Amino acid sequence: MRGSRNTLPWPSFVTVWRIAFALAVLLILAGLSLSLNLHPRTYVLLATTTSARDSGLLDYLLPFFETDTGIGVRYIAVGTGQALDLGRRGDAEVVLVHAPDAELVFMAEGYGRCRSPVMQNEFVVVGPPDDPAGIFGLTNATLAFSKILAAHARFISRGDNSGTHIMELRLWSWVGYTPSPATDPWYEESGQGMSATLGLASQLGGYTLSDDGTFLVHAASLDLLIDVRHDPPLQNFYSVIPVNPDRHPDVNVDGALAFARWLVSSRGQGLIGAYTVAGMQPFHPNGEDRCGP
Amino acid sequence: MRAMTDISEISQIVGISLLVAGTSTLIGSVVGIPLGVLVALKEFRGRNFVRTLAFTFYGFPPVLAGLLVFLLLSRGGPLGFLGLLFTPLGMIIAQSLLIAPIVMGITISAVTNVSRRLYDTALALGADGRQWRVTALHDARVGVLTAVMVGFGRAISEVGAVLIVGGNIRGQTRVLTTAIVLETSQAHYVEATIFGVILFAIAFAVFAALQRLQERGFV
Repeated sequence: MRGSRNTLPWPSFVTVWRIAFALAVLLILAGLSLSLNLHPRTYVLLATTTSARDSGLLDYLLPFFETDTGIGVRYIAVGTGQALDLGRRGDAEVVLVHAPDAELVFMAEGYGRCRSPVMQNEFVVVGPPDDPAGIFGLTNATLAFSKILAAHARFISRGDNSGTHIMELRLWSWVGYTPSPATDPWYEESGQGMSATLGLASQLGGYTLSDDGTFLVHAASLDLLIDVRHDPPLQNFYSVIPVNPDRHPDVNVDGALAFARWLVSSRGQGLIGAYTVAGMQPFHPNGEDRCGP
Repeated sequence: MRAMTDISEISQIVGISLLVAGTSTLIGSVVGIPLGVLVALKEFRGRNFVRTLAFTFYGFPPVLAGLLVFLLLSRGGPLGFLGLLFTPLGMIIAQSLLIAPIVMGITISAVTNVSRRLYDTALALGADGRQWRVTALHDARVGVLTAVMVGFGRAISEVGAVLIVGGNIRGQTRVLTTAIVLETSQAHYVEATIFGVILFAIAFAVFAALQRLQERGFV
């Protein structure tokens, strides 16, 4: 490898280069044909929230829809705000979210074709089995939070501005106290998703607010119990909204509408009601078809 | 119980990872190597600026590349009509943007190093401009192969851009790194670790194979 070489290595080098180049072009073309074949889309792109994925519901439900209708569904699980924005941009054809206020804005702006209620679950207060704040069996989460405050029992907050975190802050506002990690040593923020926060609460022996679906999925591995449930303000409503084709003509309109109507049909509702995790039912169907002809 | 049902899914994830990272590395190399040789060997105005730019893009944050390509490919964006958002090809575009400057930068260094030693010899042997460039590139082949390897390492281990542009769709755009993020966020640490071990094994196998090629003097 000295660099002083008598023959210039033309042919072999150029051949290697050409092979690499041809291979690159071939791979690019293969990828291109793979991707462009799907345009116009033969599948429906669903934007939804992480809870629908993490609970396992979508992986259970979508194969039934595909068998029934022959329409494939791909889903992106993101935060509620981004899910609605993907619909607004036309990058997703249908959204399944649980944020009634934001959904109404989305509809008022004309981005949604129609909006059908699909199902509900609820937020629950969970805590360690020894229950230091004495809230087990309550049905009023505001009362439970005031007892946690009075006992200065450890509480783990999501602290990530998620829907669950916003619900927790609303509960504290009803208590009339704003806890802060800086001044309240019993109050901590995880800054992570629901599963990770539940794991933290279990390890630290603290209380936290969770949606019941995610909690049920992980309950077996957690040293936590549900203390408070069935509080009316803690109900969580999911809606399905196909994107308005007037706004984005090239989306898969028929597929999106078919999916939205299937979800709230007796078939879809029956499957949602039959879905159980560890013997518990994380979602309660309350569908109503508002996308009918 | 997961492991049994998931063998086909795992191999699918591995396949998509290799397809995306491999194609991105090829595109990045096809673009980056000639540009690198050009910058290293040709005198032109603004050469130092281009060189500095290439080195700056070394450290270009993948999430930022992901965001830019997302906005580009989104239906509201300039290339939205192609419908490439949330497809493997979209991920390849984002990763190629990340890898080309890396390959280019390392190629510049490698070729610059050998060219100084080689220049007089080649001219003395009567090489013309093109022959001299090809000879310089050939002598810098170890460095160029390193450039390609570093590029592939970046592509296969990168998570920010493929997550934003690919959307982590199961069976379509889920790659090893985004699968690790997903499993970890759901506290499935065993699954996450399995994907991590596979990722490490792939990187090791690829680098070992390339090194073997190097030793045998193939390239």
